[in-house]
Amino acid sequence: MLCDLPAHELTRLLKARQVSALEILEDSLKRIDQVDGRPGTLTPGEITAEDQCKVHAFITLTAERARAQAQAVDDKIAAGEDPGALAGAPVTIKDIFTVAGVPSTAASRILANFIAPYSATPVVRMEQAGALVLGKVNLDEFTYGSSTESSAFQPSTRNPWNTERVPGGSSGGSAAAVAAGEGALSLGTDTAGSIRQPAAFCGVVGMKPTYGRVSRYGLIAFGSSLDCPGPLARNVRDAAQMLQVIAGRDRRDSTSANRPVEDYLAGLEGGVKGLRIGLSPDYFRITFPDPANGEYIQQPLPQEIEAAVLRAAQVYASLGAEIVEDVPMPNTRYGIPAYFVISRVEAASNLHRYDGVKYGYRTPKPQTDLRQLYRASRAEGFGRQPKLRILMGMYVSAAQYSAQYYQRALRVRTLIRSDFEQAFDSANPRRIDLLLTPTTPTTAFPMGAVYGDSVLMQYADQLTVPANHAGTPGLSIPAGLAADGLPLGIQLLGADFSEALLLRAARAYEAATASQPSEGYKKK
Amino acid sequence: MSLTLAEVEHIAALARLELTPEEKERFRAQLSAILDYADRLQAVETSDIPPTSSVLPPHSALRPDEPRPGLSLGEALTNAPLTEDDQFRVPPVLE
Amino acid sequence: MTKYEAVIGLETHIQLNTTSKIFCVCKADSWNDPPNTNICPVCTGLPGVLPVLNQRVVEKALLLAVAMHAEIQPESYFDRKNYFYPDLPKGYQITQYDRPIALGGWLDVPVPASPAGGAYIRRVGIAKLHMEEDAGKTRNAGHLRQIDFNRCGVPLIEMVTNPDLRTAAEAAQYLTRLRQLLRWIGVSEADMEKGHLRCDANVSIRPAGSQVLNPKTEIKNVNAIDAVREAIEKEFERQVREVEAGHRIEAWTLDWDEEAQVLRKMRSKETEADYRYFREPDLLPVCLTQAQIDAAAQEMPERPLDRRARFMETYQLPEYDAEILTAERQLSDFFEAAATAYGDEPKKVSNWMMNEVLRMLNEQGLTAGELRLQPAHLAEIIQLVDDGAVNAATGKALLAKVQQSGRSPAQVVADEGLARVSDDSAIRAVVEAVLSESPKEVESYRAGKVTLIGWFVGQVMRRMGGKADPALARSILEELLR
Repeated sequence: MLCDLPAHELTRLLKARQVSALEILEDSLKRIDQVDGRPGTLTPGEITAEDQCKVHAFITLTAERARAQAQAVDDKIAAGEDPGALAGAPVTIKDIFTVAGVPSTAASRILANFIAPYSATPVVRMEQAGALVLGKVNLDEFTYGSSTESSAFQPSTRNPWNTERVPGGSSGGSAAAVAAGEGALSLGTDTAGSIRQPAAFCGVVGMKPTYGRVSRYGLIAFGSSLDCPGPLARNVRDAAQMLQVIAGRDRRDSTSANRPVEDYLAGLEGGVKGLRIGLSPDYFRITFPDPANGEYIQQPLPQEIEAAVLRAAQVYASLGAEIVEDVPMPNTRYGIPAYFVISRVEAASNLHRYDGVKYGYRTPKPQTDLRQLYRASRAEGFGRQPKLRILMGMYVSAAQYSAQYYQRALRVRTLIRSDFEQAFDSANPRRIDLLLTPTTPTTAFPMGAVYGDSVLMQYADQLTVPANHAGTPGLSIPAGLAADGLPLGIQLLGADFSEALLLRAARAYEAATASQPSEGYKKK
Repeated sequence: MSLTLAEVEHIAALARLELTPEEKERFRAQLSAILDYADRLQAVETSDIPPTSSVLPPHSALRPDEPRPGLSLGEALTNAPLTEDDQFRVPPVLE
Repeated sequence: MTKYEAVIGLETHIQLNTTSKIFCVCKADSWNDPPNTNICPVCTGLPGVLPVLNQRVVEKALLLAVAMHAEIQPESYFDRKNYFYPDLPKGYQITQYDRPIALGGWLDVPVPASPAGGAYIRRVGIAKLHMEEDAGKTRNAGHLRQIDFNRCGVPLIEMVTNPDLRTAAEAAQYLTRLRQLLRWIGVSEADMEKGHLRCDANVSIRPAGSQVLNPKTEIKNVNAIDAVREAIEKEFERQVREVEAGHRIEAWTLDWDEEAQVLRKMRSKETEADYRYFREPDLLPVCLTQAQIDAAAQEMPERPLDRRARFMETYQLPEYDAEILTAERQLSDFFEAAATAYGDEPKKVSNWMMNEVLRMLNEQGLTAGELRLQPAHLAEIIQLVDDGAVNAATGKALLAKVQQSGRSPAQVVADEGLARVSDDSAIRAVVEAVLSESPKEVESYRAGKVTLIGWFVGQVMRRMGGKADPALARSILEELLR
């Protein structure tokens, strides 16, 4: 089916007039009809056996809007005009971005009826490039989670590889929609790994660009100093093409980077010969408190996860890269606790605006006191995860605790960034160009397995969150299947604004492994 | 560290969140566990380390002082739960 | 009996007169606009949108910092001040907390003589100066409250003084001088009635001469200079009564009720707060180069009090004149340009300014900068009068004609034939006509009522449209009446 083709192939066929945008769209809509099941709603009733074998990526399908866009693309082609770099590419938008005239829910009851009069900058840029926006896809409520299960819109998204498993999160709807062929591309966000982790769980490519490379305008904020919009795609070239379109300075986002966007496609096939690719022992273990006694346990990653990374290292070595072992990234272990503090402080503040006054949910019970109106509207409108984050953020930023938690976490963040700075420092004789790591400590976990326990769910982000602290880019690419039949992901991490290099290295691996799996890299 | 119910109630009041007794207890336990985890930060020597609240290099980003039209009244009020006379409406603050 | 002195610090909020708001492109001034018509997703806190700092706000803050002799910080930051209030749509205010754009500084405030003592200068120290956004407005309407977001995001400078003021009169003088300065450097319209300049006052008392700082109360919502004086006076007296009665002063927040002219204690719940400040992640720091700071210093005009002193020194003006002429910058510029064009006797220019020009400004509701009458015109008119080319009354009339027409005084005189007639024969002819038409008055005069000479002169002047040289007319009259 057309919907299984890469986006760049669709655009090529379209420009060659071998297919129309409307045909592509109808094919995607057919696929959605076949696999997606009913969209998430606030009133799902019982989750049926049929529900349990569908993907449920969508919250809002915007078929008519997409038809108008497809018609416009076809008209441009008929008129001999350039239809744009993403022409005819069916795309989905994580429902944390605003799209003008379409509900922007953040997967929360409190925004269920909110319709923004403006579109997010990356959405605008994709639409201008001829993409067909199929609709808004599910996520953890306000992106707060790693499984998409905390969405207020149920049934929540399931993993297309095995619908008993979660798709990951928070960009779970995005990764699942791409993996299931519902849309070739999806716009996600990554605050601690929310693009890369679901990409790994669903066997697709997911990239978190450098902080500021893609505008946050229209992204409903979680951790404003960490949030990065980025692409999910089925292949590296599509991810590169999408990033090319959405990246760049936006005068409506002061924090968007004011430097030219590199050409991510020009050098994509350039290979890895001569690159120094690092492996770090700090990315081959996770640390977590023992639920029984609170002691901290260091645990090596599952053997097959480590093996996938070593296999990739061997591929790179065989392609002419130099593998540098034992790259010290000693502060990796503090990524999650620092993230718990920083992201919660920002999140609690970002959620202040949802008060039932200007937009969004207001308690239907009559209220005579403003404070009670706030309390009831927020209690009824927010789910468990936002409430927990609000309380945590309020606590650790209170005047009497701020030095102990928030200020300290910001200093630890400096240490985490310094790990990256040293590793990529050209003056360092052991400097590397890229760090190769696993994306996640596990494959996709079963539905319901960890939902509700915030600490456990965050282990899924332990290997991804350091790049968010550092602001540096990273991407996850598929690296075969684990014994449980689920996809494995490997992660490439780079220095600030090294997106072109990351994409080139990812493409080299993708090309080299397209035919058969290679032998494992033997640690010296 | 372990939070008390009174502490949970205090921050919930500041956060304008009404909690059920069951929620208070559950959040008390969860927050205590998360704070325990966050307490790992206490072990890091940070006295000489500057804080990073933004990874962006320090430079100004300014816009010119030129007004442009904003939202129409219709757009401004369309998502509001309650309006009157082109204004948003809320109950007063009581003691 | 113990004599007490007040210890007063003022926290002022100054609305900058930019065209657009501080973080969005909405029009800043909504004074004449209906509610919720100057708002956008950014200033109403819609989800996903981001603030972008207005360059002009930084420039004006910088200029004010220079005017206050403050230390400008090369790097300053914005923070979020978190609290819930319906007029604060994001649930936090973007402000500068621990790294403001300027620290320190002072303003010298001349305090006039009073029954309590002679005139003196009070130097008021400034603790800090920072940029922030304004909140919206709420008002009660029946049993509900209405919210207008027009004012959200209007740029403010908050400036906090040290507790250096000692009397309510000093506090009032500080505000008067601050208002003058703000308008002088053009950063704010500083109209207290419109809320461009708002003031909270911290007040405590102590035995006169003591150095201790006692618990203070904070007076909020005072929006006129007289009200500030009144409110502080009342609070000072209340604290003295309390202390005399052996009570402790509690750190209350007081609300000034303008209608009832009383202070009311605000409910403690409204003042309880933990703002949980943290860096605003959506904005970059404000980075100022030395070149920018130097440029602001260059741009800084002579301050009003410096100019007042110079006018007294250079032009030998009395303090009264110098004060009035430096009340407003354009007026003082006008005077100085006119005095320079005129050459000598600046006091004469001052008299014309204070009597004629100021009257014209008041009557026409104009500022000196809006006049079509130029300083050179004024000098020219005074010169015409000096030279006897026109008489004084015509000179004054000329001011109005120049202002109205925009023509130069010489042009008006020529066009309208206003030049004084000093031709003996022309005046003689009119005098003869007047005398022949007024036999009764001529008879009375000759009978000894010589005071009628003024009446005769008046008749001649009227007939000649005021252009006659009155001295010449008089001598001809006296000659012919003999």
